[in-house]
Amino acid sequence: MRLRELFLGYAKIGLLGFGGVAVIARHVIVEERRWLSERDYAEVLGLGQVLPGPNVGNAAIMIGRRFRGLAGALAATAGLYAAPLCILVSLAAFYDAFGQDPHVAPVMRGIAAAAAGMVIGMALKMGTKLKPPVELIGVGLLALLAGAWLRLPLPVIVLGLGPLGIWLSLRRARAA
Amino acid sequence: MILPLFWAFATLSLLAIGGANAVLPEMHRLLVEVHGWMDDATFGQLFALAQAAPGPNILAASVMGWNIAGPAGLAAATLGMLLPASVLAWCVAGLTARLAKSPWLKPAQFGLVPVAVGLIAASGVIMAEAAGNGWLPWVVIAASAAFVWRTAFSPLWVLAAGGVLGFVFL
Repeated sequence: MRLRELFLGYAKIGLLGFGGVAVIARHVIVEERRWLSERDYAEVLGLGQVLPGPNVGNAAIMIGRRFRGLAGALAATAGLYAAPLCILVSLAAFYDAFGQDPHVAPVMRGIAAAAAGMVIGMALKMGTKLKPPVELIGVGLLALLAGAWLRLPLPVIVLGLGPLGIWLSLRRARAA
Repeated sequence: MILPLFWAFATLSLLAIGGANAVLPEMHRLLVEVHGWMDDATFGQLFALAQAAPGPNILAASVMGWNIAGPAGLAAATLGMLLPASVLAWCVAGLTARLAKSPWLKPAQFGLVPVAVGLIAASGVIMAEAAGNGWLPWVVIAASAAFVWRTAFSPLWVLAAGGVLGFVFL
């Protein structure tokens, strides 16, 4: 993999990641460019999730490193953040005019609804494609419950359910 | 000003298990209450702006840095937010590369996947609750979830469709 490809792939993810980059990142990496399989990407994302910092950003470091070492990690990270940063700063510069335009609010509401459905769809897709054993599905549902209904802080959920998931997964691997 | 700014965001970076949204309360406490660098309303607006703009939501830190201290603030906040977490991710990636031959690495890593997927689903549900006021948003949410789940087309199609439907009907 060339550095240019890593940079451009991640630049696409950053630029097109409306409402969070997780969905478009998976689409580009697994479906469009086929850098990683569904399972490989899920494993990288899983690690990225339990480490501090944005999970897609952590995954960019790990994927960049896997393909091209330090240069790869830097290229992927720069690709992910550079363009959105420029857009965001220009938006912030004339936010007052932009935010109060009566045409913008309904469009943003439609996009927000689509983005929400997109994130749910991605979770369903990963869940069904990865076909995890039943006890790991249970862990996933517990994470959903703890995050969406109990609204527990994320570090609490990760530190509580992460070790449980690892233990259950290792137990099944040992039995097999 | 620049150095305290860097340290504030570097601390947040290492607390941000689960990403930007996880440290939102702590970010608010540090920037608004402890340091008094911005008021409540500005904090809320900048965070909403970062959510609406393309790119990782963690870039909220960058615009806040910009708002507090201009270009130098932007650089300090962005580096502070990205550097510690990235170095940690780099080291962990090295560790997994070294353990690649170990038979328990893959199963152990796979054990974290349901936590990640469950939390992604949870953030989707929370976003849906916020966006789902009225029947049309719920139709968009359901259609968008089905589209992304059942097809391999770019998710941008549903965002575009959602924007158009919002413009016409909302």
